[in-house]
Amino acid sequence: MSGISDVLVIGAGVSGACVARRLSAYELDVVLVDREPDVSFGTSKANSGIVHGGFHHSGAKLKARLEIQGNLMFDRLKRELDFPFERCGIVVAALHDEEMRAIEQLHRQGLENGAVGIEMCSRERILELEPALGPEVVGGLHAPGGGIVEPYRFVFAVVESALKNGVALRTGFKAVRAERVGEIWRVHAEDGRAIDARWVVNAAGLYADEVSALFGAEDFAIKPRKGEYYLLDRAARAKPRKVVFPVPSANSKGMLVIPTVEGTVLVGPTADDVGDKGDFGTTRERLERILASARSLVPAVSEADVIASFAGLRPVSGDDFYIDLSARAPNLVQVAGIQSPGLTASPAIGEYVKDLLKKGGLRLVEKASYDPFLEPKPRVRETDAFGIDRLVAEDPAYGNIVCRCERVSEAEIVAAIRAGHDTLDGIKYFTRAQMGRCQGGFCTYRIVKIIMRETGKDWDEVTKRGGASRLVEGEL
Amino acid sequence: MTTLKPDAVVVGGGAAGMAAALELEKAGCSCVIVEREEGLGGILMQCAHAGFGLVEFDEELTGPEFAERFAEKVLASKVTVLDGATALELRDEGERKVLDCCSAKRGVVRIEARAVVLAMGCRERNRGNVRIPGSRPAGVYTAGLAQRLVNIEGVVPGRRVVVIGSGDIGLIMARRMSWIGAKVEAVVEILPYPSGLTRNIVQCLEDFGIPLYLGHQTTRIFGKDRVEGVEIAPLENGALDLSRARTIPCDTVLLSVGLVPENELSRGAGVELNPATGGPKVDSTLMTNVPGVFACGNVLHVHDLVDWVAEEARRAGAHAAAWLRGERPGPELRVKAGANVRYVAPVKVDLSRKNRVYFRSLAVLHGATLEARIDRRVVRKIRKGHVQPSEMQSIELGPEDFADLAEAGSDAVLEIALV
Repeated sequence: MSGISDVLVIGAGVSGACVARRLSAYELDVVLVDREPDVSFGTSKANSGIVHGGFHHSGAKLKARLEIQGNLMFDRLKRELDFPFERCGIVVAALHDEEMRAIEQLHRQGLENGAVGIEMCSRERILELEPALGPEVVGGLHAPGGGIVEPYRFVFAVVESALKNGVALRTGFKAVRAERVGEIWRVHAEDGRAIDARWVVNAAGLYADEVSALFGAEDFAIKPRKGEYYLLDRAARAKPRKVVFPVPSANSKGMLVIPTVEGTVLVGPTADDVGDKGDFGTTRERLERILASARSLVPAVSEADVIASFAGLRPVSGDDFYIDLSARAPNLVQVAGIQSPGLTASPAIGEYVKDLLKKGGLRLVEKASYDPFLEPKPRVRETDAFGIDRLVAEDPAYGNIVCRCERVSEAEIVAAIRAGHDTLDGIKYFTRAQMGRCQGGFCTYRIVKIIMRETGKDWDEVTKRGGASRLVEGEL
Repeated sequence: MTTLKPDAVVVGGGAAGMAAALELEKAGCSCVIVEREEGLGGILMQCAHAGFGLVEFDEELTGPEFAERFAEKVLASKVTVLDGATALELRDEGERKVLDCCSAKRGVVRIEARAVVLAMGCRERNRGNVRIPGSRPAGVYTAGLAQRLVNIEGVVPGRRVVVIGSGDIGLIMARRMSWIGAKVEAVVEILPYPSGLTRNIVQCLEDFGIPLYLGHQTTRIFGKDRVEGVEIAPLENGALDLSRARTIPCDTVLLSVGLVPENELSRGAGVELNPATGGPKVDSTLMTNVPGVFACGNVLHVHDLVDWVAEEARRAGAHAAAWLRGERPGPELRVKAGANVRYVAPVKVDLSRKNRVYFRSLAVLHGATLEARIDRRVVRKIRKGHVQPSEMQSIELGPEDFADLAEAGSDAVLEIALV
């Protein structure tokens, strides 16, 4: 190896991960970097986790085309990568007759976009499809092709597949300077590391504008738009069968009630432009507004079932995705403004960026050894008593249940750590430990001790999510 | 997969589980305790402070000392202890109850028993449950987790602490954190009165000069990587007065905002819960709606003292043994919470014998009188004086109180009220 990579992908969120995996099918040297201590720690970790139904956006937009295309790729991806995904369907509920006009509009748009199986629903039909809806519903739209996915697990699986096929991952790599050295880009990180690459893909999410500036490329601004959410217990009475949308407004798809693929219920998000890319705070007023809005759709939504609240930031730049070869900087592909439906579109984004690179002159030779499949991982939560007994016979650590609420074993936590997820949050997103109703009250210390044993770290070196987020001061 | 077939299985090896199992064994029943942790004792093992056992043993013990007294007896008995074992599922198959549990040592063990005693205890409510907004930095712990970190793991959670909620564990931890050299800036309680026992307010806060803000809501936790502070504001007539909001800098937030009986396993077996307690609805023998499944301790309702847990659990064990012998309760009378009472447990009394009913008040009352009424007829009146929600109350009612019941009719209800 010359030390010069073919492609450097900046940003290991869902877009960058899908680009890297797609490129891993070719004879290329690909490096994927992220500023955070783990992958999927930006926009990709805090969103609605929806595979959209293809009716929300006009087909004139790139994002609508990639949404439809991406949606269709999820079944195959699930077979290859074994991540939680379910095509449970989406309903949009109209609460007044006037809202049915908007439903008709969405229906027509969906038909034009080619959304599979989309239908207009009478009151009777929509209540049959989704009995959790309130009595005020007058009708709505049903998109059976919509679904739910665990977004971080999707990214983890995509990255794992990319790594399996030769991609190199560098976390904690915060790009601060890019220089042109002959025909290559030399990209420097804040900590002094540098990577040389012939091509660069800017998939830096919230920071795509700043990364673009490093390369002297297009001048655009990423404006964070905050979405706050409430997470409800898996035993919540308010569990719809399908993703429930209200009729959308001008700048947002509205606040939803989402039966997550892992059995909890998510309500939200809000949509508020904020100034700070690090502002993940939730507010009382907005959270109360979410509950009120969710109850108007699904009356059984109760504050008594809330187990957590959180916020995510959408990287907004204009009203469409910006994915193109840079016109100002050589050998740079911009993948910016990937807000909703970015998760749905991401597999198609991987495809689209691969084509752009080819168009730009990157030579693509298929790799004979490319293996799109990941070995399914045993999960105690999804295994019956006999199966658990067999797992424990192979590895006793499967019998030690560390997270009681989500039933996660020590073996699964060790596997997460060995795959590089060695912060509390990384383990949470990878295994679901700490994600249940006690929110880590019982298992945090157990997980910390496993991290210490596996990595040799001390108490005060274990963090929640890297940086200064250390958990304790140290020993007494 | 190993299968065990004892008369009874006790789920949980804390104070409740041990007391119930000993009683079952005394009555000649074979019994298995399933305990999640390595070793018996449950949450008592991290309660290094004294104050346990004043009723039970007439002396002041630490949590581990209290647990040890029971554990020694259990280990010397014929009770089988499966520790380090997590209960996966409880199924009611009529005569037979099936509990699957798994552990690293033994794999999956299936226990088929005729009776079950639920003694899983409770869990702490968390930040999400009380919906405290703000960012999500490191350094926000439930008081119980912090207690574990300090007392068992021997680490310092942080240096400048704000405790949100004035439950007993929070108060105990305010003192504990002071002892290890941390500065406890405040205890913030949303209610106009403390949630913990008076003795803890005195011994854990007043003796250490820790300010207690009553009637204050935490409006925000802030900090990027690690907690940097909390914002609190007073409640005036139930509404937040944000004009008087203030910020308290700190690096650690401990939450002591209530406990919830842990009944996920019970629910799976079809056990009906009482919304007022979060625990099962039990009859005069502490049996749930599922015949042969009993409940006691904090999984039934959250107790203030472990001594009452042991008392209740002994009764549950004895009743389970009686049930196994084929005994059934006599005619029962329904019990309900009347004025100023949050809940009663159990929700039925046996007319033919003495019954103890535990309950809690809904508010702080001065000069209160406890009244037991059957269809509005007062059958017992006890002067209580000062009562507060943090202190559990009890009343004993026996056949003499039910003497005139024939007049009241068969659908009569016993009401426990504080007036």
